Amino acid sequence: MVPAQQNYAYNSKIEGDIVVSRLDAVINWIRKHSVWPMPMGLACCAIELMAVAASRFDISRFGMEVMRFSPRQADCMIVSGTVTYKMAPIVRRIYDQMAEPKWVVAMGACASTGGMYRSYAVLQGVDRIVPVDVYVSGCPPRPEALLDGLMKLQDKIGTERAMTNLLNADMHSAPKADKPAATETAQA
Amino acid sequence: MKTDYSFGDTQTRAALYEDGELAGETMTLNMGPSHPATHGVLRLELELDGDYVTKCDPVVGYLHRGDEKIAENMTYNQFVPYTDRLDYLAPLANNVTFVLAVEKLAGLDMPPRAECIRVLCCELARLSSHLLGMGVYGMDAGAWTAFMYCFTVREQIYTLIEELCGARFTTSYTRIGGMTRDLPDGWLEKVRRFTDEAAKTIDDLDKLMTRNKVFLDRTKDVAVISREDALAYGFTGANARASGIDLDLRRDKPYCGYENYDFEVPLGSVGDCYDRYLVRLEEMRQTLGIIRQCCDRMPDGAWFAEDAKKIYKPTKDKVLTSMEELIQNFMLVTEGPQMPKGEVYFEAENPKGWLGFFIHSKGGGVPYRLKIRGPSFCNLSILPKIVPGWMMSDIPIILGSLDFVLGECDR
Amino acid sequence: MTAKELCETFDYASERALSRDHEAIHVPADKLIACVTALRDEQGYDLLLDVTAIDWGMGTSPRFTGVYHLFHTKSIAYLRVSADATGDAENPVLPSLTDLYPAANWHERETYDMLGIHYEGHPDLRRILMWDGYNYYPLRKEFPLAGHETEMPEPDVVAATEGAINPTAAPMMGGPFVSPQTGNMSTREPRARDESWHETKPKGN
Repeated sequence: MVPAQQNYAYNSKIEGDIVVSRLDAVINWIRKHSVWPMPMGLACCAIELMAVAASRFDISRFGMEVMRFSPRQADCMIVSGTVTYKMAPIVRRIYDQMAEPKWVVAMGACASTGGMYRSYAVLQGVDRIVPVDVYVSGCPPRPEALLDGLMKLQDKIGTERAMTNLLNADMHSAPKADKPAATETAQA
Repeated sequence: MKTDYSFGDTQTRAALYEDGELAGETMTLNMGPSHPATHGVLRLELELDGDYVTKCDPVVGYLHRGDEKIAENMTYNQFVPYTDRLDYLAPLANNVTFVLAVEKLAGLDMPPRAECIRVLCCELARLSSHLLGMGVYGMDAGAWTAFMYCFTVREQIYTLIEELCGARFTTSYTRIGGMTRDLPDGWLEKVRRFTDEAAKTIDDLDKLMTRNKVFLDRTKDVAVISREDALAYGFTGANARASGIDLDLRRDKPYCGYENYDFEVPLGSVGDCYDRYLVRLEEMRQTLGIIRQCCDRMPDGAWFAEDAKKIYKPTKDKVLTSMEELIQNFMLVTEGPQMPKGEVYFEAENPKGWLGFFIHSKGGGVPYRLKIRGPSFCNLSILPKIVPGWMMSDIPIILGSLDFVLGECDR
Repeated sequence: MTAKELCETFDYASERALSRDHEAIHVPADKLIACVTALRDEQGYDLLLDVTAIDWGMGTSPRFTGVYHLFHTKSIAYLRVSADATGDAENPVLPSLTDLYPAANWHERETYDMLGIHYEGHPDLRRILMWDGYNYYPLRKEFPLAGHETEMPEPDVVAATEGAINPTAAPMMGGPFVSPQTGNMSTREPRARDESWHETKPKGN
């Protein structure tokens, strides 16, 4: 006789020591709760980033207190501050040095779109050189806003297709030379 | 090839490198611009002989945002948010310095309440900047606790400033001719209570670092800057005072009512990194004293120059009801505060040094040329002279003791 | 000393009427070094605070005026010294004060970078705020605020990455590092475009 309501709780007498789940869910769960940020602290937003890491707005609650200045060991590059043209190749180079999987958070107005600096020396948004996952607005964004952005990043990581990416060795195939690329060319 | 590795003191070593006597081949090492110890985007091109630095060439400009060119296209009030982001650790101080420069151009005098509020803002900014400077200095030397303690106090300052002007930092609180708004009710009481807690934390910082053997070993007699060198390289502020130059614009050329306050100016004797730390620590205590005096004697009255018709916006109730004030408001917003022709140069004692604004105006509401003299720009130019001869691990200590900010250096 | 007294001491100097606050004198460019040396050694102005310049716009002559701010530490007084730049409107020249005040070194580099004024006698006159290959002088009046387009990355870098990087208006600073976008992490490492030396290849060729 089948009971009217199925009981989906984990019962160790029946299932033993085995938990069955989707591999994507497990991998994403692990990844999103230990995102190690690489602080690309350039200007004033870096001070708010330091405030997020300090004791009042503890980023350690999310597992992200490990600010790894070495890109090899980091997961998420938080671009905080104005990106100038002089600094742009360095930001790109550090992004290239990060290992997969990696994400980018554009923190603040200057990193998202150039902010209030519409001048000859400022890159109008870091998304012209790196792919950005989360934009956090504000000048500077409140620490709570940055934490909210990081939580949205966690949600985004939760929806990734981790297994497909892992099995697909050539996951970053460049667009073919004859096809126009999806990103638009940037104008000064 | 020299095999004797006992190089003696730094002066001998530095002299050896100038003569070209090295123990082996030199290695070029690039430090920065993305580096935790460089306090921002500073790049140091180092030449190393083993662990010792033989040449140091700083490369700045990674945060150059074109503020001076932007200023030629903005009215004076529109430029105030850009001044926030110069020394972004003490934005209120930059705001005050800029409007004081423009008011000097206009020949405006401020009522006593506005001056007292400005002094209070400057000193809060000074406290905030020194706290971060010394906290991060401790972190660079290896003491994480100092960083956490300082940031806790800074969060209290942020709460106060947020109640005052709406933003934690990047305040844009001043306008030409006054402030944006008056002090909120009960705010001065909170500031007074805050000074007691801040005094306890500064004492804690003192206990943690000042007689700490590791800190002393790392900073005592490191990178001595002599008085002549400091003068020659344009040093101002706490760095200059640590080298024995007894200059403080608040005391010697008072602005904004500073002559009415009672405070002492600490002076160093040796000019090493430890002296620069001690001078800043004592300055924090003196700053708390000034803040208490401001709270005690805050005068009543207007927080803006009431007779500055073409410069400060009239209050909203008049603007919405009276024709003349409406036109005034319109002209001020579109064309900016009208300034006479001429040029001024005004410097104020900011936490990092003397921040100067050189304004050349051809009349109208937009400056013709605005030059920002950032103290960190001048302080960094001495690096090629004082770093060679020291080890690479001394570099974070030297950089931290100079307490510079790249926003001010690169503008 | 007031500007009047200074003008009597230095007969080639004249008062600068535009100044609304401090004493200000104007000297010809060829007498600048002599004047500043005398100010430092005899009059006691021992701190050089600021070195800058003003561009009066295209078509004016002289086009640039250098402005210096000196400070007298004993009597707490500022002095502004200005000197018109010699040379033509595109290549102005001023003498360098680096021998007198080492503080002038970086300030003159910045004024050269922003306005294009060449300082004679400067030990190391190169750009400081913009990158080395930049072709323009941003603070000149004819330069637009939003800047001119400069190629980033350079065409050979674009060719090497097979069109994966789209050229935008900013430089790669000679682009020594090029990263192809295909393949695994180990093949996508930034590689030196100028691979003149390598662990398996000796230095030199």
